Amino acid sequence: MHATTAIVTGKPVKARPRGGMTKKRPVDWLLLALVVVGALLVIAPFYLVLVNSFKSPVDYATSGPLAFPETLDFGGIIKFWERVNFPEKVWNSIFISGIVAVLAVVISMLNAFAIGIGRVRGRSWIVLLFLLANLLPQEALLYPLYYMFKSVGLYDNVWAVIIVFTVIQAAFGTYLLSSVYGTFPKEILEAASLDGASRWQILWRVIFPISRPTLSVLLIFFFIWTWNEFLIPLTFLASNANQTVPVAISVLQGDRLMDVTTTSASALLGIIPTLIFFLIFQRTLTRGITAGAVK
Amino acid sequence: MSLATRPRRTALPPEEPSIPQRSGGTGGYWLYLLPGFALLLIIVIVPLVWNLLLTFTKWKGVRTPEFIGLGNWQKILTDSDFWTSFTNSVWMILAMVVVPTIVGLIVAALLFDVVGRKFGGKVGAFLRATYYLPQILPIAVAGIVIGWIVRPGGDGALNQILGAFGIPAYDWLGQMPSALIVLMLVMVWVQLGYPVVVFMAALQRVDPELYEAAELDGANWLQRFTAITMSIIRPEIFVVTLTCTIAALKVFGPVYIITRGGPAGATLVPAYYAYQEFFTKRNVGYGATIATVLTIVVVIVSIIFIRVQNSLERKERAGL
Repeated sequence: MHATTAIVTGKPVKARPRGGMTKKRPVDWLLLALVVVGALLVIAPFYLVLVNSFKSPVDYATSGPLAFPETLDFGGIIKFWERVNFPEKVWNSIFISGIVAVLAVVISMLNAFAIGIGRVRGRSWIVLLFLLANLLPQEALLYPLYYMFKSVGLYDNVWAVIIVFTVIQAAFGTYLLSSVYGTFPKEILEAASLDGASRWQILWRVIFPISRPTLSVLLIFFFIWTWNEFLIPLTFLASNANQTVPVAISVLQGDRLMDVTTTSASALLGIIPTLIFFLIFQRTLTRGITAGAVK
Repeated sequence: MSLATRPRRTALPPEEPSIPQRSGGTGGYWLYLLPGFALLLIIVIVPLVWNLLLTFTKWKGVRTPEFIGLGNWQKILTDSDFWTSFTNSVWMILAMVVVPTIVGLIVAALLFDVVGRKFGGKVGAFLRATYYLPQILPIAVAGIVIGWIVRPGGDGALNQILGAFGIPAYDWLGQMPSALIVLMLVMVWVQLGYPVVVFMAALQRVDPELYEAAELDGANWLQRFTAITMSIIRPEIFVVTLTCTIAALKVFGPVYIITRGGPAGATLVPAYYAYQEFFTKRNVGYGATIATVLTIVVVIVSIIFIRVQNSLERKERAGL
């Protein structure tokens, strides 16, 4: 979840001895069965969503939620797709998350350059301030922001959401990148400086290319975190045409007209984009989260 | 796959800038902080202070706020809904921190120690990804998935499955304690993957030779686990419990989608309660007060965690 993950780049792992692979005692099979059953429980809801999205309401009523569909029925998916104008919602989500990710990475970099490389005075307090901005509940900013955006005409505008999340994600990025830049090899910076590079040039021509792996992990995380956000898009994006995928789906839930298979289809369509990210970025994601969270 | 690095205690070394200075001091670097700081000021600091000021007012969101002093703060002390919401936060901590951390520790240890070693790393990695899957779902969509499964009446998936065993349909979200239990199970389902992934990464830091030495000394699996594993991955346990506790205190999406705080406020949580006061009941001042209390709790919890972790680490280092 948002802010529950941290990103660090790490060192390679010492390989474990491969000797034990062959000796499998019965108890090992039992323990394997235990974790597999747990994993099946975890994916059971995904299975239910998948099979029921392709059933007709009649099929669902007769064969129940566990069975495979008798014939593939796209009725529920089509009905939901058209009702929320799904491509529009996906585009809104991509647009908001993409711009937030890029802007937040740039701002994190500028901040971290001043804090980690420039070592400005009072930097520990500045880092703490940014960290707090990331930790605090969004409810504590919600109404003033709502009022502010209404008065400047940014309410119900995707840019309101973009600005807010740029700041919140950059707060985390600053916290993380500052400590990464704090350990940046000094010799490289000195060499660049001797060659006559200005600070601005050093930042973009030396630090940026070298820290690109960390920055790309941040970029992916910012994108996914913003995609998954709910409260602020729900509050600031009132009209249908501006909503993100999670908001658009949740708004329809109150709609009593939705039959059970259409509801299932709506959940499926909500899952698919995230599933695609997961498959593309699996390695980066695990590298990012695993990375021991603490900095 | 990379490995967790131990946290460094001092955030940054107290030296001069890394780039040699030709003229002036470090002053020029403030320029780089300017955009980030200006945005932080407008989007976080000003609204936060504003929100605090709102707690001393009665305001419908239109016209001028009316100053009422500590009225909201007095009201909150005797407001049973408010206390319910914080009691429910404790249940959320059980569901989002305690259970996932303990179960996650067991699953991670099994995946790493038994599955990974005896059945191959690929099987372990595949199962780890499976456990992690609910974590990447937007929390709103996770809520919809479960909300659909526990739908009341005969057409809800859970009721249909139970119906096959002759159990009559039940309105899971319509009454207590099942509504709260459903909510808690959803949070366990969503959260479990995070500790599993973090702990598995931490376990790679454990030197296999330590285990082998312990094995030769006749230590059983449980003894090795408590003596070696637990002490080495303690930093990760801290981070997982801290970040999940904060997430549990702030939880909003699933409550909004699955129960809307119902039945009759029984699954209310502070974040949802504040939202309701802001936008449904239009008691902006009171909503701001709830949000402020929540913020204070989050900050205090973070400080306590960080202090405890620091003192434990100091002790550990002194002991070495």
